[in-house]
Amino acid sequence: MDATRAEICATAVADGFRGDGEILVSCFGIVPSVGARLAKLCFEPDLLLTDGIASLVENVLPVSGETPAAVVEGWLPFRSVFDLVWGGRRHVMMVASQIDRFGNQNFACIGSHAKPTAQLLGMRGAPGNTISHRTSYWVPNHSPQVFVPRVDVVSGLGYDRAGALGRQSARFHDLRRVISNLGVFDFATPDHGMRLASVHPGVSVEQVVKQTGFELAIPKNVPETRLPSRAELASIRERIDPEGLLNKEVRA
Amino acid sequence: MGAPRAARRAARSEPQASEVIEMDKRCTETEAVAELCSGMTIGIGGWGSRRKPMSLVREILRSPLRDLTVVSYGGPDVGLLCKAGKIRRLIYGFVSLDSIPLEPHFRAARQAGAIPEVRELDEGMLQWGLYAAALRLPFLPTRAGLGTSVMDINPELRTVRSPYADGEELVAMPALPLDVAFVHMNRADARGNAQFLGPDPYFDDLFCMAAKRRFVSCEKIVETKDLLAEGSVHTLRINRSMVDGVIEAPGGAHFTECPPDYGRDEAFQREYAASAKDEESWARFRAEWLGVPESEYQAKLRARRAG
Repeated sequence: MDATRAEICATAVADGFRGDGEILVSCFGIVPSVGARLAKLCFEPDLLLTDGIASLVENVLPVSGETPAAVVEGWLPFRSVFDLVWGGRRHVMMVASQIDRFGNQNFACIGSHAKPTAQLLGMRGAPGNTISHRTSYWVPNHSPQVFVPRVDVVSGLGYDRAGALGRQSARFHDLRRVISNLGVFDFATPDHGMRLASVHPGVSVEQVVKQTGFELAIPKNVPETRLPSRAELASIRERIDPEGLLNKEVRA
Repeated sequence: MGAPRAARRAARSEPQASEVIEMDKRCTETEAVAELCSGMTIGIGGWGSRRKPMSLVREILRSPLRDLTVVSYGGPDVGLLCKAGKIRRLIYGFVSLDSIPLEPHFRAARQAGAIPEVRELDEGMLQWGLYAAALRLPFLPTRAGLGTSVMDINPELRTVRSPYADGEELVAMPALPLDVAFVHMNRADARGNAQFLGPDPYFDDLFCMAAKRRFVSCEKIVETKDLLAEGSVHTLRINRSMVDGVIEAPGGAHFTECPPDYGRDEAFQREYAASAKDEESWARFRAEWLGVPESEYQAKLRARRAG
């Protein structure tokens, strides 16, 4: 029973929620959604998840296959989400169309904001999220076009810009991890520059470096991202994503 | 509505048992939109492709109005008004069709640089601006936006320092006062008490509170005593002090969703999205669906469903 690359990514996502406790986890993308559910099922039972509409749901709803009835445990319309965001009891995993060395993220548009060459999602809640609570990013297609020296527009706040705001304003800024189809990255360096934390099995450090448009901090020994346990893999395949949707999101 | 109109309406409604004449705020989309002037600031309720006052948006499309400032958690309302060249300034948190992540007409307008003044905000900042206007405050403080491009693309934004010991510097999100607000609800009575029966009130109450003139379209007008027949008291988010006009507009949110009355018309939304492909597709869509009065729009929809 070999884990697929997407399943390894989802497991890395789940590991990113370890220790989060009783906070809301919000995810964009299939792999992050699988990862959050995996964390809740296997080692973070107190996480709060929504049905994607306006309810907090106590049971873990699958991302594919037959959906059991939701056990609703709370009401969370958008204005309550905003309150919760600014109150900080949340860990969000957003996507990044561009991300730089300090974790400045762009999913708003490519080119100038006045007349973009490609309008993307827009700012959405990224500015408020990143200055208010834990934030991680998911990149299903690691390339120099995504990992760029400089993002065109800053929707999510990175460490350098947060630092420039001063300790007081940036005290809730907390970028955790970037997980891509090639590896796991964090900001555990003296200047909070992005560091390669692990490469997924089958990926070389050289490959990651080649696909990254800025200089990554590379430790002497780069570990491999861990494989899901047998129980975790069973959870993904039997309970969370029986149709294997996540494998369509990641080109290994 | 001024006193004469209200009186006219009251006279038209059912005779009351008592001699007291109650305010009747019922009106039509045409009457509501006739109150607008070019250059006004219009707030549109709902969220993305959810419970949008589309019959009112379609009425604006039929009007000669232009140079509008539009404030919205945008969906096809913003896409259509962009495409029709009605918007001078757009103040928004996002523009999405939900099941289609990016509004195609909005995307085209942005990439063509066709919206003269673009004021993109963090989603929460938009709520804060409406809330400040609702409370008649000049601004409300927030951390959202600090350090990001939001500060550059909104040159009017200023920061403010806490006067207390913490001395923290925050964004002073300015109030977003509206000339007119349009929202679509599931039920309302003739006096403007309005009810959402779906999962989320969005920010429709704030849109109403931030505006000088407030129009609620609804799926069905009911007697006041029947307002609790379908939902709890908590669903009566909008009371009549927040409303000037009530429009009975069954199907008025189409093609956006309006649960539990109806879901999103995904097939229709796909056709709408495809009309952004080229001018010919747009002309066809416009002639068929926007060049007709609302009654005909709804009749065509019924025929389409039957056929």
